[in-house]
Parts: sequence; structure tokens; C-alpha cells
Amino acid sequence: MSTLTVTPNYATGVVSNFDLFAGKLVDREEYFSCGHRACQGCGEALAIRLMCKALGKETVIANATGCMEVISTLYPTTAWKLPWIHVAFPNAAAVGSGVEAGLKVMRRKGRIPDRYVKTVAIGGDGGTVDIGLQALSGAMERGHDMLYVCFDNEAYMNTGIQRSSATPFGASTTTAPAGAASPGNRTWKKNVPEIMVAHNVPYVATACHSYPIDFMNKVKKARAVKGPAYIHCLAVCPTGWRAESKDCIKLGRLAVETGIFPLYEVENGKYRLTVEKPEKLRPVTDYMKMQGRFRHLGKEEIGYFQDRVNLEFAKLMNKVECIESWDELKG
Amino acid sequence: MTKPVGMEVAVAAAEAVALCNIDVAACYPITPNTHIAEHLADIIADGRIDAEYITVESEHSALSAVMGASGTGARTFTATSSQGLMYMHEILPITPAMRLPVVMGLGNRAVSGPINIWNDHSDIIMQRDSGWLSIFADNGQEAVDMFIQAFKIAEHPDVLLPINVNMDGFQLTHVVEPIVFPTQAQVNKFLPPYKPFASLHPDHPLSMGTLGLPEIYTEAVKARDVATVNAKKVIVQIWQEWEKQFGRKYEPVMTYKTAGAEILILTMGSMGETAEVAVDALRKKGVKVGLLKLKLWRPFPFDEIRKAVRGAKTLVVTDRALSYGGPGGPVCSEIRAALYDQPNRPEIVNYIIGLGGRDVRVEDFMKMIEGAPKAKKSGDAYQIYGVRE
Repeated sequence: MSTLTVTPNYATGVVSNFDLFAGKLVDREEYFSCGHRACQGCGEALAIRLMCKALGKETVIANATGCMEVISTLYPTTAWKLPWIHVAFPNAAAVGSGVEAGLKVMRRKGRIPDRYVKTVAIGGDGGTVDIGLQALSGAMERGHDMLYVCFDNEAYMNTGIQRSSATPFGASTTTAPAGAASPGNRTWKKNVPEIMVAHNVPYVATACHSYPIDFMNKVKKARAVKGPAYIHCLAVCPTGWRAESKDCIKLGRLAVETGIFPLYEVENGKYRLTVEKPEKLRPVTDYMKMQGRFRHLGKEEIGYFQDRVNLEFAKLMNKVECIESWDELKG
Repeated sequence: MTKPVGMEVAVAAAEAVALCNIDVAACYPITPNTHIAEHLADIIADGRIDAEYITVESEHSALSAVMGASGTGARTFTATSSQGLMYMHEILPITPAMRLPVVMGLGNRAVSGPINIWNDHSDIIMQRDSGWLSIFADNGQEAVDMFIQAFKIAEHPDVLLPINVNMDGFQLTHVVEPIVFPTQAQVNKFLPPYKPFASLHPDHPLSMGTLGLPEIYTEAVKARDVATVNAKKVIVQIWQEWEKQFGRKYEPVMTYKTAGAEILILTMGSMGETAEVAVDALRKKGVKVGLLKLKLWRPFPFDEIRKAVRGAKTLVVTDRALSYGGPGGPVCSEIRAALYDQPNRPEIVNYIIGLGGRDVRVEDFMKMIEGAPKAKKSGDAYQIYGVRE
């Protein structure tokens, strides 16, 4: 019979005594093998490789439709050395919910070995922040013991660079193109990590493959949470961003150094920058000028972009400095 | 065998699913299937079976979640109706493609619009080509029996396909009927534990649901079709096993008073029992009429239909859904296809009946049967019966 355990989806995610690990301690095993068909300089494929190393063998992956599913599993080949399932575009979080429930009940009933196996659902920005947002919200709200990682390359790259709600302001995409009457995408990037914080998810973090140890630390931390966890990983897409393949890592670092994509984590309500805030943020143009998707922007739009980045960064710092953890709030 | 108990059919269906000792259920509320979802939740909450119940945020996620769970080797169940089934539509064809033996309970309901919560078959008919096996219950006892049979059919190593058990919404789901429940020991004897062909576990990593390029897609479709067609043999065999163990007979096409019948009427779902009363009354009046009840919708029993209509002059096919601007009712389309190249085939009359909960009474069936020659003469491919003008 099922044991009656009340597991609220907060206060269970405290990861104390968490040891940081250095580059030399990274798992040498490859769980996402080479030979897949990602573009040159694909940040997302790199991020997935790093994520798998941090997760380790005892993991099941539920993958949304998108670049990563397409490039890694052309039947009869697969790049995955972890058990992996793909069903459709909007439902990675829902499929992951079922995997988690299945593994839990099968273990309880003695039908699979009595070991803990982590369920991890992954998707791109479209599959997460747009069409998959409902399934993600449901899975996080229900408190499944599952990590969800969004690999955000800021547009529907798999289908050909169409605008998503994660596309940055001013970027030219194939469905929000720059033109005489349009500056490209007119909206500011949707803040999905904040939506996850609002779900009382005990561990929420942003990450980028250009900070590999930081990213892997976050994956390890999220893996240790006995409940839902969410990581939003910026994944540079040279193809879609109209940038050079060799600049993939550099662009990820510039996104952080300009304050456009700050790296932080929210652990039981407490915000913390995980990569130190530079004395002075670099101007956004350092980041933008390397990408064709922004090349049409004039002074006015760039000025707006810079002001908004400053505001968003200030909003984040306000949270970092002022918001207390749930434990502190409980007194 | 235990004594019959009076029970609402939806509740009884949940009891039958519980007898199958499922591992994971994911249901989203929608009328009229809700009582299945509610009662199953009760059974699990009371600890009567050890299972996970996922209170998903949509039907799309309900099917996605049970597919994920089925991927781990769990026995899974979901239930829905109408718009819920439509919302699952994107995922429905992927379940059989991935050979995941999910069992689904359907309280059949009309599809909007106008929005209507009552019974017809437009929901399942619109999902006809999704590749799920599909069976229809006439009454509560059949619903209970079919849910237990469904797990055995779906999980059979020669099948490994999802299956839906169709119960007419309200007209079946919400009525109280006398039902004989098999004991747990009897169910355990009939239904072996599910042994998945492949499952998601780090001890044997594999990729499920991979990309199929043009070089492989056609072959994947062919493999699936072969599996679906071959499933009929297994279904018939499992129904025979059921009859042997429990004494209740199931066949792809059930017959009622068809000996010497010149006119046959065909139903699918709970209206079969009403039609039986009409056949009794007409037989008393000397009309040589018999009834065919279609229990197996997919795979479609072409041979059984050809055999069942042999000798009849007229076949009246009733449909509870319509293909707008098409050849008529979907059931009738299949039957016309089955009989097209047959010598001595009966004349076919197609009535579209019982839409959106419109009651079809005994006298309506009598009228349809008696009016068949006139309907045939009209030359129309189908008639929507009982339109108020």
C-alpha cells in the first residue's frame, strides 16, 4: 500500500553541505555522445552534454520535440546513453511527470531495482515558455520529483528562427523580421524563471554553457532536490543568432557580462548571484554587435535595450539584496 | 462467481480498472467520464490499490503522463470524453506508434458545437485513424468485462497497442445496472502481470520516440498496420478465453435473432439493447428481422461483417456520428467498403441517430426498420433520423 507522506513542494529542497566541484572532477563518461547532427558551435548540444555529466547514469530524460531531439535521435541511431523518451512538442513536463510517477510506483512495488533514479525533462524555449508552459506549470505545481531544464536559444530554431516569447527585444526573426516599419521583435523576453519561483519551486536557477562549472553545479544541486526544480539555461545558437560558430562561448559570457542574462539561483525563496557582479556591466552593444539578428537596430532601439537591461538587472539585484529565504521568514 | 450488485456503470468501470491493479492513472475531469476518474481516485486514496494518480492540468498532459509512465513499464489508465479526447488528439497517434499499451475509458459524448455534454459517437469517430484499438460496450456488465479484457489485449506481446473502451455517456456511464464482478483471484488468473518489451531504466538505456526519416517512416506505418490488423486474432482469442473462464460471450459482431432474417439492423454501443426490444416486437409481428451489434470498431472486423450479413436482403446501419458532406455515417462507410465486392450483398440503408443525446426509442427502431424500403428508394446515401422540422 502507498505510504501516506505529506511532501509539500517547499522546504524539502534545502541542499546543505553541497560541495562545489572543480573541472578535474567532472565525469569523464559521455552520456550524450559525439556524432550527432547539431550545427557547428551549437551551445545547446554542449549544454546537454554538460548537463548529462552532472546528472550521471541514474537518470531518465524526457525530451520535448526540438533541435535536440532531431539532431540526436535519427532512427536507428541515438546519441543518448541515458534512457530517453520523446513524445511531442508541448508535453515534456507531462511525460516527465509520468516517468517520475512510474519509476516511483514500480520501485515501491518491487518491479524495478530499489534505487533512486532521477527524472529530468528538457525542452527548448518554444517547448517550455510557449507551447509547453501549461504542462510545465502543471508538473511544477504538482510537485513531481523532477528537474526541468529549458535550453533557451531565444527563438524556434528547429523550424527556422521564428520568434518565441523568449526572443529578446529587437532581434530579427523570420516571423518578427526587421523591416522599414518594424524593429524586429517588439516585446521583452518573458521571465519564466520568475514564473517558476512563483510556483514555490524550491530550486530555480539560470545558467549558461559558457559557465560550465556553474551550470553543472546547478544541475547537481537541482538533482539533489527531492521535488521539482527548474533551470533556465541560455543556449547560444550561432545559426539563429546570425553569429560565427567560433563565438558561441564568447557570446554566452557576454550575455552575462552585459547583464542581459544574469546567472543566479533561487533556493527556497532566496536569490543569489552565482557569477559575481562585475564592477560595471559591459554595454549591451558588446553583445549585440556580434550578432546579425540585432544589426538593423538604431541608436534609439539600442538605447531602449540598454535602459531595460539596466532596469531588469536592478530588479534582480533588489531581490538578491532584499528577499529573505523561507526559513528566515519563518523566523 | 459473486452475485450481481447494483452499481453505476462509471463507478463499476473504475472498480474493474482497480481489479487490474494499475500502477499509474492520469485523468482530467470532463463530463460524462468524470465518475470513472473520481471513483478511481477514491480507490487509490483509500489505499485499496497501490498506484500513483496524477491530477494533470489537461487531457493533453493526461495522455502524455500515462505514456511516460507506460514507458517505465507501468500499467496505465486514463479516461476522457469528447473535447478531452479532441484535446488529446495530438498525442493519440503517438501512443500506438510507440507501442505503449495504455488503456483508456471513454464516456462517449458529442463534440462541440454547439456545446453539448450528451451522448453520441462523434468524439471517438473523429479519432478513428489514430491507430488505437477500439471496442464498444452495450451495457454495464460488458463495460466491466471489457476493461479487464482491454489490459490483456493491449499488453499481449503480439499486440502492444493502446486500446479504448467505449461507453455511451450518461446512457451507460450514469445508469445503475446489475453487475457481476469477478473476484481478484479470477482477474489475476485471467490477466498476467504486464511484461514490457522495453522500458526506461538506467540499467538498459534506450531511446523511445525517435525521429523517423522518409527512409523509415513508411516501414514504421506498415509495421503498425500489421500489428493492428493482427490484433484481431488476439482479441478474438482473449474473448474466447474470457467466455471459457466467465461464461460471457464476446465477438467482433454479435448477433441477435438473425436466423432466417431478411432485414438486419446494426448498432454500435448501448442502443443495441433498445434495438433488441424492437426486434422482439417486430418478430412477434412476423417481420423477419435480426440485429447485429458491432463490438470491435478497430481493427474493423470485415470478414465477420461479410459473414453476418449473408442471406439478408436489407441491412439497416445506424450511426451516431456523421462525416459532413461525406458518404454518410462512418460505421456505414466501413460496411459499404466491406461489402462492395461481395456477390449478393444486401441493400444498405444508413440512419444517423441519437446525436448529442437525442433519445432513440424502441418505436424509433421499429420505424427505421419498417421505413427502410422507402429510405432506400429516396436514393440518399444517408438519412438523419428524427429531425424536427
